Amino acid sequence: MNAVLELSRLAPAEPTTGRLDIDRVSIELGAGAARFTALQDVSVAIRPGEFVCLLGPSGCGKSTLLGALAGHLVPSRGQLLLDGQPIGGPAPERGLVFQHHTLFPWLSVLDNVAYGLRMRGVGRAQRREQAMAWLSEVGLEGFEHHYPAALSGGMQQRVEIARVLINEPRVLLMDEPFGALDALTRLKMQELLLALWARRRMSVVFVTHDIDEALFMADRILVMSARPGRVVEEIVVPAGRPRTADWLTGPAFAACKRHCLALLRDPDLTVPLERLSPLTQPAPADADAAAVYPD
Amino acid sequence: MPAHQTALRRVLPVLSLAACVALWHVASSRHLHLGLVTFQNVPQPLEVVDAAWALLQSPKLQNHLASSLGRVAFGFLIAALVGVALGLAIGRFRWVRETLMPPLEVARPIPAVAWIPLSILMFPSSEGSMIFITFVGALFPILLNTIHGVHGVDPRLVASARSLGTGRWGIFSQVILPAAAPSVLTGLSIGMGTCWFCLVTAEMISGQYGIGYYTWESYTVQNYANIIVGMLLIGLLGMGSSALLHRIGHALMPWYRPGGRA
Repeated sequence: MNAVLELSRLAPAEPTTGRLDIDRVSIELGAGAARFTALQDVSVAIRPGEFVCLLGPSGCGKSTLLGALAGHLVPSRGQLLLDGQPIGGPAPERGLVFQHHTLFPWLSVLDNVAYGLRMRGVGRAQRREQAMAWLSEVGLEGFEHHYPAALSGGMQQRVEIARVLINEPRVLLMDEPFGALDALTRLKMQELLLALWARRRMSVVFVTHDIDEALFMADRILVMSARPGRVVEEIVVPAGRPRTADWLTGPAFAACKRHCLALLRDPDLTVPLERLSPLTQPAPADADAAAVYPD
Repeated sequence: MPAHQTALRRVLPVLSLAACVALWHVASSRHLHLGLVTFQNVPQPLEVVDAAWALLQSPKLQNHLASSLGRVAFGFLIAALVGVALGLAIGRFRWVRETLMPPLEVARPIPAVAWIPLSILMFPSSEGSMIFITFVGALFPILLNTIHGVHGVDPRLVASARSLGTGRWGIFSQVILPAAAPSVLTGLSIGMGTCWFCLVTAEMISGQYGIGYYTWESYTVQNYANIIVGMLLIGLLGMGSSALLHRIGHALMPWYRPGGRA
């Protein structure tokens, strides 16, 4: 009996929650003449605990899809399900991380991390204790009383990740979260995220346009094309966990990368991007969402 | 920074003020006539000092100060409450903006002095109409800066807050208000200035007390030295209250350091 318990502690049980079903989803953005199809007829099923990367050029609708999964955008057609339940508005069970941190500048690092607990009505002492535990988990002990502006970009993203994960989300949605970091910091953050994911096993949907990043992180890569955004290929990454330097330097990696490059270079897939003019904002109800997800 | 530079920075404001007074003294004692502008009838600094001394000795000073401070405080407080509340709603909700902005835009360019007759008609007590005039002066800078602050809130911050479980009211109290706070503080600071600015106008209505009334009365009885005493007093009080407001604002927002990082 004890041995079984030990074993189950060593190898975490397969997660049972965090299944995402994206079922024939189309999303239209913009108003009037500027209205366009950002995402066309996308169907994907994501297993509980799976790490999926959305890879594609800018304007391919990968951020739009993420925004819909977060509950900030409503699909024009099709439906989104989390563990069989339709996705309504934004909720802490679907944590969202942007490329640039969205920490509250007026709260200390500690209060930022504890924010979700405060919204849930958790008491002060317990909030503090949990937030401190998360800060040490992301390697930020001793910074709890700093304001976000006093931290480096990498540290800000660490706080951001702790602030989202303290809510124990079933799904973690990340929109190029390490895109603004220097190469070394990015590598450290990727390893940190993989370590956190290995322990918690929430499902991850990770948007990137960096092929190496996708191949290093993902179980499965969905390659997307632009205008209208759709999934053109699905690549199951042929590598075990934990990912090692062998994988990153081996021939299988190179072959996968060559394949992804060919897909992304396809002239049909890189239609020049016409940005939405800020003057043609869509309806007021989703003005916030439109400003966050311009393409 | 070297010690002599620090000393210079301390002394410079004093020197600058002293130079202004010295120029004023030279121009008024020599009855300078520069064509377009003449100093022939301008009282000299020493006369103004005498007048100020007389006012300091006068038992009326306390009443003047108390009346003016009370009116400014009242008008400003009401303007702050109304301006911030309206500004948040107008900045956040399009239907509120479309409903309220047209009348506000019409009212905005009307100078405080033009409100005098109407405010006398509308308010039974002269105290009420004076507070109303200072209120009008302070309202628009506070309102417009609050709207500006709300528009400046990063929509990603709102999106993140909603994903972290913030409700409708929470978005206001936890995100919009603190994010707009620096802009609101700027509005309050400018509003405090315009409040004092409107004080003379407001106290034209007054029959007895107030720094503005004292200044206006000195003009009607052609006591020019007293006018300048009143002007300087309003300037000093306005400067002091704006500085106080800034102190309070920065104590409440330790994370906010304009032009630098926290």
